[in-house]
Amino acid sequence: MDTSAPPENRVEHAGRGLLDRRLVFLLGKGGVGRSTLAAALGLLASRQGRRAIVVEVSGRGDVPRLFGASARSGVESEVAPGLWTLDVDPRQALAEYLHDQLPLRMLADVIGSSTTFGIVAAATPGLREMLTIGKIWELSQPERKVHGADPYDVVVVDAPATGHGLALLNAPRTFASAAAVGPIARQGRRIAATLRDRKLTALAAVATPERAAVEELIGLRDALGGSLDAELLNGVAAARFTDADVAALRDAHALAAPAPATRHALAAAIAADARFRAQRLQCARLHAPVELPFLGGGEFGVGELETLAEHLVVAA
Amino acid sequence: MSAPEPAALGGRLCICVGAGGVGKTTVAAAIACLRASAGERVAVVTIDPAPRLAQALGFDELSGEPRRVPGTGELWAMRLDPKRTLDELIASLAPNDAARERALSNRIYRELSGAVAGSQEFSAVAKLYELDRDGNFDAIVLDTPPSRNALDFLDAPARLTHFFEGRALRLLLAQGNFATRAASRAGAPLMGVLGRLTGAGVLREITAFFAAIAGMVDALAARAAAVQALLRDPATNFVLVTSPRREAVDEAIAFAAELRRGNHALAALVVNRIHPLEALTADPAALGALLGPRLAALVLAECRELELLGAADLAALARLREAFGELEPVLIPELGVEIEDLDGLAQIGRYLGRSTNGTSPSAAQ
Repeated sequence: MDTSAPPENRVEHAGRGLLDRRLVFLLGKGGVGRSTLAAALGLLASRQGRRAIVVEVSGRGDVPRLFGASARSGVESEVAPGLWTLDVDPRQALAEYLHDQLPLRMLADVIGSSTTFGIVAAATPGLREMLTIGKIWELSQPERKVHGADPYDVVVVDAPATGHGLALLNAPRTFASAAAVGPIARQGRRIAATLRDRKLTALAAVATPERAAVEELIGLRDALGGSLDAELLNGVAAARFTDADVAALRDAHALAAPAPATRHALAAAIAADARFRAQRLQCARLHAPVELPFLGGGEFGVGELETLAEHLVVAA
Repeated sequence: MSAPEPAALGGRLCICVGAGGVGKTTVAAAIACLRASAGERVAVVTIDPAPRLAQALGFDELSGEPRRVPGTGELWAMRLDPKRTLDELIASLAPNDAARERALSNRIYRELSGAVAGSQEFSAVAKLYELDRDGNFDAIVLDTPPSRNALDFLDAPARLTHFFEGRALRLLLAQGNFATRAASRAGAPLMGVLGRLTGAGVLREITAFFAAIAGMVDALAARAAAVQALLRDPATNFVLVTSPRREAVDEAIAFAAELRRGNHALAALVVNRIHPLEALTADPAALGALLGPRLAALVLAECRELELLGAADLAALARLREAFGELEPVLIPELGVEIEDLDGLAQIGRYLGRSTNGTSPSAAQ
């Protein structure tokens, strides 16, 4: 590998960073901090002067809350200068699709509110995913289909946890192959082509430095054909003790004399070091991971997002 | 009440629910292990796409039927395959071979049935129902998919029941191949528009799918209703698993509200990965004398960090206690190691065991 490569080439695919694509998907196991990193990435994009939106899928408004804003399902809301969020509502996406496909607004409303149609739509396997990814794709278009809506430079997607996340990415291709001709097939092929094009779409995965999360990331990487545009490692502990330090801690702990409180403190430090070393083993299993520091267990706000955004610059 | 309900982790069916990443799979496996070691014949079913439970139970890959875990008494484990479970369900309800083949070979069904969110949830409860009906186990412990919305799981059978009993489906079925009929009939704008929206191929496949399951509608509706009743059965205990992380606590509180609304029995609240809650009152002078000033300062910094984590966890517990009232949480400490074998599960089981009826914690070994 050419180690003299300039920093902007660190992310190998298509030689461009995550935020140079129109669509950035953050995938990974539940509980690893996907929403937080999606918010931080969106914040970074907006600070770089890009018009950015962070999209949640069937979420509960985690992203707006990080910015101290309240969630409004199905509404694009500006939560920071140049940064919007949206919680995609499949029903609303369906209504928009109907309006786009049907010439008469009234007809679209009639069809959209038809019970039969609603039930068929709800029962058709995969349609929900297809509508959701269709809405995400629409957000990423230089010319929005939603009347009067401004385009975004970049759409960051807080995708659902691994299995559901893959179902979302695969929905367009599946629909395109199930329907040989017609609007859905056409739409499916168009979206699938965008998702396949690494100049337009980046696939990043998030893990914490724990075996289960790292294994899920590796499984995801394999399922996506062996390549991710970025591997993000969240909650990484800082190096604190040298080998000599740990030896000294162990010696001190082995002494019978110290008071219980001192022994507890020493044991806590030794355990923290063991955790740190276990984390390094997991870090080593990933491809050039971008490491995000552990920021404590308290409340997260814009301050923490800014710290994370600084660490994400190398991947952006 | 200061102690958890006796047998909180008991009951014939035990369903572990909660946010992703809180350790649901581990807790489900630990409950099953604990009960098996107390002499029960237990099946644990996991649906999580990641084969973590398989690792913990020493399998490379779990199979579609429960397999006995060596060295654990009567503990049986299986990894749910949603696609296969649905296929088996369709196959068992089809009135004849031709109908079965038509449904299973339908392209829409074949390509999409395993890939969608709802199918995992429904097939999980469908499998639970089958295992319960077969009566081969004293207890069944179900791990649930990492859904972000409780309703995805709790409502899966109800949604299907609603659909199969619905007027709309009957109407569709009565129309037969409505796509071609609609094309020849001026008075069916809905179907015409549907065809135009989806494309002929999709509509034909969807129609064919509904036609293929026509003969099974009553059986499917009955099954979905039975599965729904099972979720409300007094013998079905929900165990809500959470971590002290804020999002997980939010989700646990929201999940509990959904359970209450649906009249489901919340039997236990398990809070996993709690940091030490008591302050580390190390004497800086004593540490300094022992380690020298630099290393002592590093150890004190580590202690402060742990205290902050402990304080955040205490705040999370206070929120949970306020939201859950009498239901005292079962606490599992952050063990600092990942649980990936039976010894690890037994270790978790010892903390859980303090809340089970008549099972001493030592039985978990």
